[in-house]
Amino acid sequence: MTAAPLQKLILEPGRTAKNYWRDLFHYRELFLILAWRDVLVRYKQSVAGAAWAVIQPLMSIVIMTVIFKVLAGLQSPKNVPYAIMVCAGMLPWQFFANALSLASQSVVSNANLISKIYFPRMIVPASSIVVSLVDFLVACSILAGLMVWYHFPPTWRMLVLPPLVLLAIAAALGPGLIVTALTVRYRDFRMIIPFIIQFGIYVCPVGISTELVHAKLIEKLGVELGNRLFMVYSLNPMVGVIDGFRWAILGHPGADSHGAASAVASSSAAVLENSGGFYWPSFVVSVGLTAVLLIIGVYYFRKTEKAFADVI
Amino acid sequence: MSNTIISVENLSKRYILGKNGGNSDGLRHMIQDLATAPARWLKNGRARLASSPGKNGSAVAGEPAAEEFWALKEVSFTIQQGEVVGIIGRNGAGKSTLLKILSRITEQTKGRVEITGRVASLLEVGTGFHPELSGRENIFLNGAILGMSRHEIKRKFDEIVAFAEVEKFLDTPVKRYSSGMYVRLAFAVAAHLEPEILIVDEVLAVGDAQFQKKCLGKMQDVARGGRTVLFVSHNMGTVTSLCSRAIWMAAGRVHRTGAVREVVNDYLSKGMASNYQVVNLQELARPAYVHDSRVRLESIEWLTDVPLQHGEPGEALIRFTANSPVEGVSVGIGFSTIEGTRLLSYETDFQEDHRPNLTEPRTYCVKMQIDALPLGPAIYALDIGCRSGDRHPLDYLPAVAQIEVIPGPDTPGCIVRQDAGVRLESRCTWMEP
Repeated sequence: MTAAPLQKLILEPGRTAKNYWRDLFHYRELFLILAWRDVLVRYKQSVAGAAWAVIQPLMSIVIMTVIFKVLAGLQSPKNVPYAIMVCAGMLPWQFFANALSLASQSVVSNANLISKIYFPRMIVPASSIVVSLVDFLVACSILAGLMVWYHFPPTWRMLVLPPLVLLAIAAALGPGLIVTALTVRYRDFRMIIPFIIQFGIYVCPVGISTELVHAKLIEKLGVELGNRLFMVYSLNPMVGVIDGFRWAILGHPGADSHGAASAVASSSAAVLENSGGFYWPSFVVSVGLTAVLLIIGVYYFRKTEKAFADVI
Repeated sequence: MSNTIISVENLSKRYILGKNGGNSDGLRHMIQDLATAPARWLKNGRARLASSPGKNGSAVAGEPAAEEFWALKEVSFTIQQGEVVGIIGRNGAGKSTLLKILSRITEQTKGRVEITGRVASLLEVGTGFHPELSGRENIFLNGAILGMSRHEIKRKFDEIVAFAEVEKFLDTPVKRYSSGMYVRLAFAVAAHLEPEILIVDEVLAVGDAQFQKKCLGKMQDVARGGRTVLFVSHNMGTVTSLCSRAIWMAAGRVHRTGAVREVVNDYLSKGMASNYQVVNLQELARPAYVHDSRVRLESIEWLTDVPLQHGEPGEALIRFTANSPVEGVSVGIGFSTIEGTRLLSYETDFQEDHRPNLTEPRTYCVKMQIDALPLGPAIYALDIGCRSGDRHPLDYLPAVAQIEVIPGPDTPGCIVRQDAGVRLESRCTWMEP
């Protein structure tokens, strides 16, 4: 009998499989097929089908634009069409919200798999992020449509979008993993997540520009405290992602407005007026927290996933 | 050329029951725990100060200790390459926990397992089938879940479809499948796995008899193909015909291992009553497919002496409880070979008026009379069941006891003991050729 040397597997308590990442790679096909299943199933037996991926964000963009621009009379930086500015924030936000809510449900709704078959559990929330990503890509047609409608030509900055999408994935994966692991044990998170998403859309600069938040903070609290609080605001990973998207989509070459604001301590109006640039400190803070959350997420998920089958 | 493929050493698995173990504990408890921790700490501290050194502080504070449950306790065994091993034992003996650890679904508390080779576990047929997806899509999905590569599935696709007999419905969502088709497709995918080690849990308890036979055949092929199979089942017939060795688990420990016939016979004679005049059925495990709980069989008592005698009359009293009203109840007993093949059944429902409607929840009793037992002398397994109407099963207990039939006064001496079977009188006329 000839056979390829067989792999030896040793199971011991507390031995978090040494080859976790290799194992994860080994199960890539299962990951792809689960993602493919989730995408296929998402809009099965619905009349509008994948159009829902467009309808939802489109309606939200319309409502946000009406409320903030028409009713509240807010202006967008550099006077880019307000709807495009909202769209540039709404698309990554919707991706994040979908990813978070799908991921949080994913392990529980795949309980039959978890309790019957071994595979690195991380595949399950990861595949629900793929579903959100597909929705996101479909929804990007809204952006294209708006840009055509407003005769708003894209710039070379659009090339930064793919890495920004990766950042958005990282931003969704970290909290997604934490929430997934928590939901397995505490079903309370099934109630908490919709709630977080509901107010998250106002906490994140989706319907408004980050510059406006920055300017208002400076106006109300003075330059120093305002800038400091703005850094706290930037801890939100989605602030970095949305700012990145806005920079890539709306950006016209111009002054670094935030920078000007903090350096020269000019009035809040100046922040708005000169905006369109990119404010690095806030972005770095945001990306930093994204990385921290991702590390915590992976660590916590790995720590708890061994017990999923027992507590689910 | 036998070499160890699975070695299990001192495997133990503990579950914590109650406070932190269940899935009902919400976040509230965690927060509550955190919030009350300082108070508890103070209280415990004070209690500890107040109590004598011998007393346990936390017990004084009235904190309930979490209850431990050892599902597996120091289990050790080895399995050689190519062995087909049956794991038997009552419900709750730790069989499923053992399989779950071996297939890496859950982690042991103590002990060590070494496995050489690719493991595929089949703890349920159709794991991960998605009702919205078509048969074709589900083959790929399920195959991937069971550990087949896409390439492998493609190669075996036609074979799987042919085995499942669902060619016409490949593009229909499986939620429109009949349950039979569903199970056939699910088993077909699983049957085409080619791992070094296959772990199977009671999957044969599905499908109609014909398909079960087909599944069994496929399993035998797998076993003959030199692969290692671990098979958990309550069906001793399947275990004996499929496996070469058996591990008998009891209360989380290995009770006995050895050649399958010896272990199974031992299990059947000790695990279930043998030649008992009365068999209590209340505590016995029901097969998974018994869902109805309206009627529970309680006991069977032989009024004639056991062992029964071939060709002689027999009488048995069957007691059962109706928990809620149920219509058209009939009961029956069956004699099967030790392997599980039914040879003879006696049922009360041959006459319409012997199917009463039980309106009152209470205990009932039926006396069954056998005029002349046609079974040849041998040891049989006794099955007992009851149903409502023509088809609806209420309770069923296969192989509740071994029962011996010995030669009666009229038994021809040439019928030797091992010649089990039904011996009926025939009408005949002797003629000239």
